[in-house]
Amino acid sequence: MWYYEKKLQYPVRVGICNPGVAKFLIEQYGGTDGELAAALRYLNQRYTIPSRVIGLLNDIGTEEFAHLEMIATMVYKLTKDATPEQLKEAGLGDHYVDHGKSVYYHNAAGQKYDLGVQSKGDPIADLYEDIAAEEKARSTYQWIINITDDPLINDSLGYLREREIVHSQRFREAVEILKEEQSKKRIF
Amino acid sequence: MASSRKWYAPYISPHDPCPPLTPVSYETPVQLYLGFQPKGMEQFSPFDALAHGTLWPGLYTPYTNPYKTKERG
Repeated sequence: MWYYEKKLQYPVRVGICNPGVAKFLIEQYGGTDGELAAALRYLNQRYTIPSRVIGLLNDIGTEEFAHLEMIATMVYKLTKDATPEQLKEAGLGDHYVDHGKSVYYHNAAGQKYDLGVQSKGDPIADLYEDIAAEEKARSTYQWIINITDDPLINDSLGYLREREIVHSQRFREAVEILKEEQSKKRIF
Repeated sequence: MASSRKWYAPYISPHDPCPPLTPVSYETPVQLYLGFQPKGMEQFSPFDALAHGTLWPGLYTPYTNPYKTKERG
């Protein structure tokens, strides 16, 4: 079970009224390499991974939901005060017709979230996929930072990108734990 | 510490339609090099840890827009 703490993991501030940025951010909400996909992937893999690394998948999968919530907050702040005309200019006309101002699980190109989450049941295969997922999410944050001029949004995105780095590091350590050989070749 | 950004120069054709935007960068953050995190690494204070997104200075690899850097290549 989960306990909910009623605050964001890291503050989200939006400095520039530019609804178009929401269209880019939604990639991390409902995109293949987004936070929802990450959360579902890790929490689902927990059951068939050796017990030594279940806790890691549990913790990181849970944290991904906190990231999802930060992204949703940014998208909501950017779109809640936009007129339908402004949304149309920002390329969000299709979104508005289908979903109004609600946040929705699709990617930056408007494709609905597809449960493109793999769980192979092979611990090494799954952890390598997790490492790749973290690196892909890190890249997505880089591309959004490159395309966005709002320093406040980029501050929050920089935080989220750093978390991807830490998660990737931990998944790489999980692989080392499961390999079990690292203590035998400790020469340093 | 290893630099977290690398550059390479792809081939430029005299017939390319657009002016070259080279060199091209890619990121190589710290987790590629660290291996299993060693014991006793330095820690940020709790406040700085929140601001940096990690408890560990050794894992902090910030990112800036490479299209805006002056030191290209």
